[in-house]
Amino acid sequence: MIKNISNLGDAALYCDFGKEVNRKINSQVIRYFKTIQNKNIVGVNNLTPSYNKLIISFDLKKINFNKLKKIIDNIEIINDDSIQNKKFEIPVCCEKDFSLDIKRLEEKLQMKEEKIYESFFDKEFFCYMTGFIAGMPFLGDLDKNLRAKRLGTPRIKVPKGSIGITEQFANIYTFESPGGWNIIGNTPLNIFNSSKENEPNLINPGDSVSFKRITKEKYQNYHE
Amino acid sequence: MIQSHLKELRRRNIKIIMSKNYFEIIRAGINSTFQDLGRSNLYHIGVPFSGAMDNRSYLLANKLAGNNHNYPVIEFAYQGPHLKYHGNKLNIVITGDVTFKIKKGNDLINGECYQSFILENNDELDIISTNKSVYGYLAISGKFDLKFQWSSCSINTKANIGSNKGEKISDNQKINLKEINTNYVNKKLNYINTKIENIRVIKGTNFNYFSEEGKKIFFKNEFKVSKLSDRMGMRLEGKKIENIVDTNIRSEGLIKGAIQVPADGNPIIMLSDHGTIGGYPKIGVVISADYDKLVQLTPGSRIKFQEVDLNSAENLFKLYELETQNLISQI
Repeated sequence: MIKNISNLGDAALYCDFGKEVNRKINSQVIRYFKTIQNKNIVGVNNLTPSYNKLIISFDLKKINFNKLKKIIDNIEIINDDSIQNKKFEIPVCCEKDFSLDIKRLEEKLQMKEEKIYESFFDKEFFCYMTGFIAGMPFLGDLDKNLRAKRLGTPRIKVPKGSIGITEQFANIYTFESPGGWNIIGNTPLNIFNSSKENEPNLINPGDSVSFKRITKEKYQNYHE
Repeated sequence: MIQSHLKELRRRNIKIIMSKNYFEIIRAGINSTFQDLGRSNLYHIGVPFSGAMDNRSYLLANKLAGNNHNYPVIEFAYQGPHLKYHGNKLNIVITGDVTFKIKKGNDLINGECYQSFILENNDELDIISTNKSVYGYLAISGKFDLKFQWSSCSINTKANIGSNKGEKISDNQKINLKEINTNYVNKKLNYINTKIENIRVIKGTNFNYFSEEGKKIFFKNEFKVSKLSDRMGMRLEGKKIENIVDTNIRSEGLIKGAIQVPADGNPIIMLSDHGTIGGYPKIGVVISADYDKLVQLTPGSRIKFQEVDLNSAENLFKLYELETQNLISQI
C-alpha cells in the first residue's frame, strides 16, 4: 500500500511504499503501476515504478497535483495475477576482456573469482524495475556474500551487454553508457529492441532471470 | 526519332530530380537533431520524453511556418547546420536567438528570427550561431521525410531512438523532404526572448538530506552552468552543498527539471533526454513555467534558485501558458 503521496515538483506525484526493498513491496508497486496504466487517466503522461516508489508524471495543462492525488487515493487496485511473468536465461561470458572488475571484486569481497561466479550463476533473480537507460533491468537479490559498493569513480563508458553488480542487485547495460557498477561479464543477447514498439524490453518488472555461463567460443558464435 | 525520345527522357529525368526536394548538409553543426513534442508513457521502460528542449520556440516555429503544432523541426545547439537546398520554392522559419545567413547566388542576406524566408534551388542557409542562448529551431513549411518511433521523430542519441537512426545529423548527409506546403503566408512575429537567471524551484523529496548551511547555499548563492551540459542534463558548479544523511538513495524515478546532488555537492538538473532512474538525493525541482528559459542558459551563465510553493508554481504555469497562447494567436 502507498504510505505517503507528495508532490515532486509541480507535475508529478511521488508515491512512497515504505523504506524497505523486497519483492513483496515491489510487487505492490508493480500492481499499482499496472492498474493506473490500464485506467488511462487523462493528463497522466508517464509512470515510473521502482523498488519501493512510483512516480506519476502528468501534463499540468490537463490536471494538477490535488486532482490527481484524489484519484490515486481512491483507486481500487486489482489483485489480478493473470499477467504472466516470464522466465529468462541470460548467457554470460566471463572472459578477461568482459569481466572488467573481477580482480577488484576478489579484493572487495575477499573471495576467489571462481567462488564469485559460483555464487552468481544459475540462481533465480527477480526484475524489480527497468530504466535509467532504455530497457536496463534491475535484478535482485544477490547472495549476501556478493554485495559490494559501486566503483569509487564511475566509468565514462561501460560496454553494451555488460553485467554489473552492486549492493543486492545485478543489472545489464543495454547500451554503452556511463556507470559505476562492478562489471563481471557480458551477454551477447540483445535486451532492448526499439524496433519492437509494443514490446521493446526483453525483461520486464516481475519477470525472473537466471544467468548461465558460456564460453568465449559460444559467445562469438551466438545467434539469437 | 530515337534521338528525340532520348532527349525527352533526359528532359524528364531532370524534371524528376528537380521535383525531389532535399537539403545537402555542408556542415552539420554541433548538435543538430530532429525534434517534435517527444514521446510519453515510456519512462517505465527507460525511455525519456525527449522532444524540443525549448517548447515555446518550437511551437512558434511551426505556427510561423503554417504547420500543425506537432511537426518535426531541426533543433540545433550553439552552431547550427550549413545547408544547401535542392528543389522547388520552400518557405522556412528560424526561431530562438540566432544569427544566420541565406546565400542566393552572389547575394548574401542576413536572416531574422521569427520571420519567413524563401529558399530556391541551390540557395544556401548557414546557421552561424545561437546568441547568448543554447537552442534554436528551423521549421520548413511542410514535412521532412522521417521515420517515427512511438509516434515521435525526436532523436535520442543515447538509445539511438527516433529518426535518422537515432543519431545526430552529420556532415554530407542528405535530408529529404516529403511534402512542401505552397499555401503558406509570409509571417513575422515581434518577439524578444527574455533571459532570466532566477530559476524558480519547489523543494525536492530529499531536501532534508542537506545541512542547514547547504540549504542556505542552494537558495542564496549563485551557481555557474558547466560546459558539461547537454540534452540529458545541466551540471552546475558552485559552493559545495553538504549532505548530512546519505549521498545515495534507493534508485527511483526521475523527471524533467529534478535537481540531483551527488556526493561532490554540485547540482545536476535533469533535462529532456535524462536517465529515467537515479540514485542521488533530489534537493529541488525546477517549476514547469521556467523550464524553457532554463535550457537556454549557456555554459558560464550564473543561476540563482528561488523557492516557490506548489500553488504559486501552478499559477506561474498558467501565466506561462497564457503568454504562449497569446504569442501563437498573434501569428
